[in-house]
Amino acid sequence: MQFLQNSLPYLLAGISVGGQYALIAIGYTMVYGILRLINFAHGDVFMAAGMFMVFLSASLPLGLAIPLVLIITVALGFLIERIAYKPLRAAPRMSVMISAIGVSYLLQNCALYFTGGLAKVYPQLPWLSDTVSVFGAVTKRVTLITPVLTIVLVAALSLFIRHTRIGMAMRAVSKDFETARLMGIKVNTVISVTFVIGSLLAAVGSLLYFTNYASVTPTSGGMPGLKCFVAAVFGGIGSIPGAVIGAFIIGIAENIIKGLGWTTFSDAFTFALLIVILLVKPTGLFGEKATDKV
Amino acid sequence: MQFGGVVAVNNLSLEVNRGEIVALIGPNGAGKTTAFNCITGVYEPTNGQVFFEDSLIVANHPRGKMKKAYQGMNSEKYLRTKTIAPTPDQITRLGIARTFQNIRLWKSMTVFDNVLTAKHMRARHNVFTATFRLSAAEERRMREETLALLEEQNLAQFKDELATSLPYGLQRRLEIARALATEPKLLLLDEPAAGMNPQETEDLGRFIVQIKEKYDLTIFMIEHHMDLVMRFSDRIYVIDFGKLIAKGTPAEIQANPQVIEAYLGVADDE
Amino acid sequence: MELRKNSKKDGLLTAAALILLFAVLLTMELTMKSTSILFTVLKKGVIYALVAVSMNLLNGFTGLFSLGQAGFMLIGAYTYAILTMPVAVKLSDSVYKYYDCAIGFELGILPSLILAGLIAAFFAALIGLPVLRLKSDYLAIATLGFAEILRAFFQWDAMGPVTNGANVMRQYKDLTKLRIPFTDIRFPPTLFCFLVSGICIAIIVLLINSSYGRAFKAIRDDEIAAEAMGINLFKHKEMSFVISSFFAGISGALLAMFQYTVQAAQFKSAMTYEILLIVVIGGIGSVTGSCIASFLFIACNEWWLRFLDESANNILGLNILRSGFRKVVFSVVIMIIVLFFSKGIMGEREFSWARLRAFFRDPFGLRTRRAKKAASGGEVNGNG
Repeated sequence: MQFLQNSLPYLLAGISVGGQYALIAIGYTMVYGILRLINFAHGDVFMAAGMFMVFLSASLPLGLAIPLVLIITVALGFLIERIAYKPLRAAPRMSVMISAIGVSYLLQNCALYFTGGLAKVYPQLPWLSDTVSVFGAVTKRVTLITPVLTIVLVAALSLFIRHTRIGMAMRAVSKDFETARLMGIKVNTVISVTFVIGSLLAAVGSLLYFTNYASVTPTSGGMPGLKCFVAAVFGGIGSIPGAVIGAFIIGIAENIIKGLGWTTFSDAFTFALLIVILLVKPTGLFGEKATDKV
Repeated sequence: MQFGGVVAVNNLSLEVNRGEIVALIGPNGAGKTTAFNCITGVYEPTNGQVFFEDSLIVANHPRGKMKKAYQGMNSEKYLRTKTIAPTPDQITRLGIARTFQNIRLWKSMTVFDNVLTAKHMRARHNVFTATFRLSAAEERRMREETLALLEEQNLAQFKDELATSLPYGLQRRLEIARALATEPKLLLLDEPAAGMNPQETEDLGRFIVQIKEKYDLTIFMIEHHMDLVMRFSDRIYVIDFGKLIAKGTPAEIQANPQVIEAYLGVADDE
Repeated sequence: MELRKNSKKDGLLTAAALILLFAVLLTMELTMKSTSILFTVLKKGVIYALVAVSMNLLNGFTGLFSLGQAGFMLIGAYTYAILTMPVAVKLSDSVYKYYDCAIGFELGILPSLILAGLIAAFFAALIGLPVLRLKSDYLAIATLGFAEILRAFFQWDAMGPVTNGANVMRQYKDLTKLRIPFTDIRFPPTLFCFLVSGICIAIIVLLINSSYGRAFKAIRDDEIAAEAMGINLFKHKEMSFVISSFFAGISGALLAMFQYTVQAAQFKSAMTYEILLIVVIGGIGSVTGSCIASFLFIACNEWWLRFLDESANNILGLNILRSGFRKVVFSVVIMIIVLFFSKGIMGEREFSWARLRAFFRDPFGLRTRRAKKAASGGEVNGNG
């Protein structure tokens, strides 16, 4: 019982962070599934959403600020794709990845410029920021809401992909880009929708994440971004349930490690896990095996 | 060889003797290139063995998950031999070189460098002597040999052009020259005459015989051009759906009803 | 395009140009104030040129998309700092405040530089064993991951007696401690950076133009064909990875010398991204391009665009120019290069005297344009 009481806060934090990671990881996994691109800028879109919230909530009531944040973030994701990735559709894959790194660099520098490099205090969201106690462990309500919200959103997304026309088109494009294009699927629309969904989920994730962490800096997207990508790879990149499960595993493992007092290694552990999974099962937990044709 | 649930090549046994030109023919998707890939180490055969000059160079039997999933024949036959899974470069080192069905030249390199780079494997330098030009004599020899090889193939005039800027037929020639640069004993040609007109095909056939004589080669090729196959090969294997359906001399194959059936069956699709 | 074997005349020209460069550097160092921003740019530029070329060896010439460069620079920088720190400093509390330093000896500058490279190469060899079996994006993310693990490892408490934990390393032999051998005269620091980087880059160029360089390019162009022609993929990738890391380690050591202090927290993935951007701006697969781009990058970053950060330069009462604006402009420029000039400054070409002569004979003329067309015929290769 004593053990449970000691470890419960870490476990709860892990599940909560895992849920937030899951929302970001979906963006990575969907984009990779369709464009075969590691969208290095996705973590920074998540950070930008946090920044929008900081600036908007300073002058607008929360009821207006939150939907605005979602809309602006979605617009940002959409624009990034149109401006930085679409012109490189025919270019080698490395060029697109470099473009993504460039966008990441740009977003971080813009954030640096607008904040003057200072950490910005994230607004307190009423109700979400309230503290509650579970089995004697005190935590914010957001910790409990996150996993529930994540599961609801993922379920909605799965339904969307399985049952709508655009969802079907997305599946087709991720199976075979060229054939899908030849079959008359509007590939560009599909890609835009993918970025819109990814950015929307990242914005929701950022609301939850920063409520927990209380401050945003220009670089706060980097590490969570990388971890979420790792989560996506871990689960088998291209697979949405894989990304969600990977994110929960990484979130929980990371917090357990923190709980054991190995904070220095909590980030490194994520990458160690990645390398192990890549070596043991290179396509991740739920990834499909691909063979090159000679 | 089985990919997932698809048995691509099943119970296929081929024999190529020293100094022969042997052709492997069959309709599209019969498993010809897969057989090549098993020999050259690109794929690990699911079940089977490859011998070269009397020594076992590739061997495998169904393992792990494949044990249950294996649908091919002879599932017990090779169980007791050890698995040998060399990488393609090790096979090449033994003296088996190949060309590719869809030409795979190094596209940023010149014609000359394409052949020169293939000589890398046989060179005796190491990274230090090569970097600090301590093996300059060897490098010079490699360059001379490359030039000689190109001259012999009538490619010398294009030596400073990008390999991919050559016309298609010459690219195939260059691929053969590149394979020869690895000093092989057995040369595997994967559709060397693909996309060539009858005259070019005829020239190619003569060329193959010529290099065979000059370099004391054994040649094993996949080909669709029946004129080439019938005129220049000593023996022919015919496969369909991964299985051997006929073997023999060109005359025997031409008279074989099963072969005619297999080919007429696909004639409509092509 | 490959560097053609220079004719004798071109060889002499190159030698003359190099002697001239070093003479100019030496005169500048003897006559100008050493705190001049020009020297900062030159020193940092040449250090970045080395690491950019080393990254280009991997990404541009071997086609391995690796993002571990910052990690290997970290190893080099720390190895150098630890080895050259005087024993007296190690024993005192001035650097190792919370730990007892476990390295009870000190070495000279040159052996330490070489060891910095060797230890980085050793770690690279270990890391390469598992990760080089991975393909393109997976390789990128795994090397990025290893760089992060290395950083955590160096900041780890248990490593404190060696690495001083997460604390700053200083008072090791930096550029001001350089002496001309057997005398007590200061060695010109900028000249030293150029000498060390120049020798290293020259070795990389020799490697690229050797048989092994051709094998690397073969792997980049077509792995399957390379393997079928007897080039052992793993051996050659590992070789390229280890050699690249060796030089990244040396450049890390030079950076430590240049900076006077060094801290693990500095070597984040953002640093690798910067180096990658330099490589891209210069042209993936061009050594000359990487060198030119790193000087431009550093000069813009540290010098030419500085005025954008100073609010005193604002006109019309607008408050646009302030701290950080430089970086915004800079990243926009980079995005424009990445999007519209994806071949970078040099594409895959290299500087050569013949090309320079041709340029002067016919600047921007038809002939040059045609040559350019021919050169751009071969696409820049990624891991596609």
